[in-house]
This record gives sequence, C-alpha cells and structure tokens, in this order.
Amino acid sequence: MLLYTVKRLGLAILIVCLAMLMLLSAIHMVPGDPAGIALGPRATPEMREEFRALMGLDRPFFVQYFKFLANVMAGDLGVDVWSKRPVSTMIGEQLPHTIALALVGLGWAILLGIPMGCFSAVHRNSPLDKLTAILSVGCIAIPSFIVSLYALLLFAVELRWFPAIGAGEAGDLEDQFVHLVLPGLAVGLGWVGYLARFVRTSMLEVMGENHIRMARAYGLPTRRITYIYALKLAILPTVALLGVGVGSLISGAVFAEIIFARPGVGKMVVDAVNTRNYPIVMGGVLVTTMLFALSTLISDLVAAWLDPRIRQSL
Amino acid sequence: MNANGGDRVLEVRDLSVSFRTGRGVVRALRHVDMAVPRNKIVGIVGESGCGKSTLINSVLRLLAANAVVGDSSTVLFRGDDVLRMNDRQLRAMRGQKISMVFQDPMTALNPVISIGTQMADILYRLDMTAAGKRERAADMLAQVGIPDPMRRLDDYPHQFSGGMRQRICIAMALMMNPALLIADEPTTALDVTLEAQIIHLMKDLRARFECSMLFVSHNLGLIAELCDEVVVMYAGEVVEQGEVHDLFHRAKHPYTQMLLECDPARIEKASRALPTIQGSVPDLIDLPRGCIFGPRCPKRYEPCDASPPGTYGVNAIHSARCFQVRDA
Repeated sequence: MLLYTVKRLGLAILIVCLAMLMLLSAIHMVPGDPAGIALGPRATPEMREEFRALMGLDRPFFVQYFKFLANVMAGDLGVDVWSKRPVSTMIGEQLPHTIALALVGLGWAILLGIPMGCFSAVHRNSPLDKLTAILSVGCIAIPSFIVSLYALLLFAVELRWFPAIGAGEAGDLEDQFVHLVLPGLAVGLGWVGYLARFVRTSMLEVMGENHIRMARAYGLPTRRITYIYALKLAILPTVALLGVGVGSLISGAVFAEIIFARPGVGKMVVDAVNTRNYPIVMGGVLVTTMLFALSTLISDLVAAWLDPRIRQSL
Repeated sequence: MNANGGDRVLEVRDLSVSFRTGRGVVRALRHVDMAVPRNKIVGIVGESGCGKSTLINSVLRLLAANAVVGDSSTVLFRGDDVLRMNDRQLRAMRGQKISMVFQDPMTALNPVISIGTQMADILYRLDMTAAGKRERAADMLAQVGIPDPMRRLDDYPHQFSGGMRQRICIAMALMMNPALLIADEPTTALDVTLEAQIIHLMKDLRARFECSMLFVSHNLGLIAELCDEVVVMYAGEVVEQGEVHDLFHRAKHPYTQMLLECDPARIEKASRALPTIQGSVPDLIDLPRGCIFGPRCPKRYEPCDASPPGTYGVNAIHSARCFQVRDA
C-alpha cells in the first residue's frame, strides 16, 4: 500500500507539471500579443515592453516554463496586475472557502446519494424505488443556479432556517458551517442524483454476482450482505467517479459563490478573466488543477484501500 | 427406494417450479420426486437446462424473484418443509445445516474481503471470539490441504489458484458441520488433474464430517465413482432414478441409455464423430402433450404421444418414467 501511494503520488506530480506546460502553451497560443490584450489598445510600445519584461514573456519558452515551475515550487504565483499583491496570498485567502464548499457539496452527495442508491437496489421495482428514480433524475436535470435561487427563497427567505448570503463570521466555525449548508446543497444536489443512479446500477450488478448468492446460501445476515459484501464492491466505480467529479463540483461552485455572495477561487477567477488579470487566472487554474490531481489521487487511494486487486496491480 | 422416511435427510415431493418471463411461463421443474438418505451421496445428472440448478436452488430457497413454486410441492429437510420456512428459519438452515459448493470457484468468493473474514463470517451464529473463529478457519483450511493456513487467512481470493479457491469453498461449506452438502458441478470449471484431487478431497471429507451429499454433475464417470444413488433429469423431469450400479448397468429410459452412449469415456470403437442425441431440449413454455422425451426418442411407440408416462418401478431400487418399463 505504501509503494502504491508513493507511485500514485509521483503520477499526480507529473500530471500537475504537464498541466502547467499546457497552461503556459495556452497563453502563448492565444492570438495576438498577451501584453497588448492585457494592457488594452491605448498602451504605448514602451509599456508593452515593460509588461513583457515583468511577465518574463521576452525569454525563450522553456526558460519560462522552468522559471514557472521553480516559482510555483517556491510558492510564488506572481503578483496581481492591478493591486500588486502576491497571487498566492490572494488564492490562499479564497481557497479554504472553495474547498469547504466543495466538501460540503460532496458531503450532501455522499450522505444522500449512496443510501438512496442502496435502498433503490435492495427494493428494486418497488414504488419507493420508482419515486427515488424520479427524484434523482430531477436532481440531475435541474441546474445548480436554479436550485440555489429556490433554496434561498425557501430555506433562507421563507423558513429562515439558514442564512442567505456570505461566508459567516471569520473564526466562528459553527457560523461558517451554517452558511455552507445551502450553497453546499446547491452545488451537491446534482451529484445526489448521479450517485443515487450510479450506486443503484452497480449495486444491482454486484447483487447478481455469484459470491453474493454464495453469501446468501451461507445464511449471512441480509444487512451484512448488502452493506459489506455488496457495497464494498459496488462503491468502487463511484469512488472513481467522485475523484473526477470534484472538478465539475468546483466549476459548479462558481454559480453558488456568485448567488450566495461567497468568497471563493471560482468567483475570483471569473472576475480576473473579465479584467484580463493573467497572473490570477493562471494561479487560479493551476490551483484548481492541483485540487483535481489531489482529488483523483485520494479517490485512487480509497479505491486501493477497498480493493486488494488494485493495490497489487500498480 | 428407502421405505424408512426418518432416514432421509432431504425429501423432495412433487416439486414444480415455473418462471414468469416476458415470453410466457417457463415450466422449469415438473413433479420432481427424489430423496437423499442419511450418509449417502446422491448424484443428479442431466444436460444443461434440465433443471438441476433450479432443483438445488429450491432446496436452499435461492430461486429468482420471478419463480413460482407449485402449491402441492414440498421440500422436506429432516421433516421440516423448506418451502414454508420464514426468513429467520431459512437463515438458520442455510450454511449451518445445508451448505453448498458452487460451480465456479473464480466467482464464488468475494474479491474484496479476505478469505479469513469470509470464513469467520459464516461462524457468526457461534458464541466465539474473533481469534477463536480465525483459528477454526485456519484449521479448516489445513484440512482441505492449504499450506500455511494461519498466514493465508489475510489473503484475498485473487491470490489463490482455481483449485485452491475450490478447496477454500469446500472448507467454507463444511465450517458449520452441515447435515447436507450440495455440490453444484464443483469441478466443471477446473482442469482434469485438479478434478480428481477435488473429488478425492470431497469423498474423504464427506466421510470425516459424516454428512449426506447431493452431487450435481454432467460427468457420468464422476457420478459412478462418487455416488450411491443417481437421479437422471431431462427437461425439468426426473426420468430415471436408482442405485448407481443398477442404473448404469440396467438403464431403462432411452434418454439414460443414450446419455451413457454419449459418454466419451465409454466409447470403444474409434470414430471421427462423437455420438450425440439428435434434436434439442424441448421448449419449456410450450410442452408436448405426451412424453417429454418423445420428440427425440428412437423407441417411441403409440402410448408415448397420447399422454405423459408415470413413474414405473424397474425393481425395488430403480424406477423410470417410460411406458416401456410399464409394458415390459
């Protein structure tokens, strides 16, 4: 397991390095001069030169790449074009909010989706299974910004159970958590539906396998068969799906951050794109890539922990 | 065959099982009567689709959800009707009093749970410490010939070969010292050298654990070597049954006779073409009016097409479902 972890970690680092290469290439492939785009049509040639020197755009591509790598490793993502603050500090301020939001969204998806899927599979074709099917397809089909708006209306404005906007008082964990419940639901609700359908399908498949029939033939208690013998196998594709899903969860978080007026990396990057603030866009995309690499790493490690066959294959 | 009913571990009477499907009702088993006497091995033989699996699944009540069991059917295990047991009684019976070895050892074990845990789980009914259960599991592994059993308890099924896995399955089946062991083609998925080893192991263990056995196979040689009695099934019916020696030497039903002729081990004349039974198994949705084997039978005569034959005794230990036995 240790060897597997080390190998898998190396793979994750390689993925991030490749992503950085593509990110830098993308900047060079954008038509036109980055300096011209960043500074606008009224910039003088001297200003553009100065900007290029500042960004290191006048040096050869691979020098830029290795400088980029070295800077990132040192924790330096450049400075904000407008406020001149370090990008790493700015992302550092926003990142915990985004991660917390994604985790709460994921929490909703796991806590509701997996039991729903198991229930549907065990009570296949019952009226409740059909109701769950309708509910989960509904969850998938409704866009997260609609869910956000109606959740705001119902739970914050009408029922007043949860606060409407903001991230809560800094340092007050309970208040911050209460502020996360609704945005988290908005981000995670689509995934509740996905997980419910996905878990149901893989549970049904596993429940039809020979070893489950054997566990029944040996008179094992039904709960143990369902939640240990079947679920431990059926959950594996879901774990892989979730590792990739965190990416779309983070992009879904942008809507929630805007509607619930929450701080977060998503909102910051959207603002930066609108103002052509390259260092922040690059930093934001890079950090998101790292989160993505990290989440697939975690999901692979969880899968290996569950399935001995994976542990020995890599 | 055995007049003393108390001496039978398992007694199946008038068992009929149908499956509701999109195409119609498949009448998979019709009026099956058979029994397993105490401390005997009974073999069930027949082609694929003859109802062997449906029969053993009925005994453990592991039938699919679309199965319908006939009202007058009974499956008596030591006098209790399995078909009328509730879930609690069923669980108390499965694995503890009746256990089963499945056909394919490669898929019979859970791939993500260590075999030690899977074996210990079978002992969940016993008031034992976890360490005690592990010791018992290791002891069983040793009995089926797995080297270094204590260390191998933490291994997973994929770390064992097919033959080893079938040994583990046999160890699991005998964990609770059951009264009846059902083996569903336990060697079909293994190669021939392993087959002999597994059969010897089962024979040896059956004697040591003093359990009765229901052995399902399509291999006549194995049945002859291992079993005391044989039940020949065809298309959901028992066509002939009796003491193994008597049945193989005085087969009366044309199907049994042809089955014996088709056994490659018994072919004496060298020939390019292996003998086969002409035709195929009838559609179990739309049954023929007369004898079920009629359409494929070379010895068919007038009564065969009019009505299905009953079961007629050949002698005290041997019976067949064929008009020729009645008219002999």
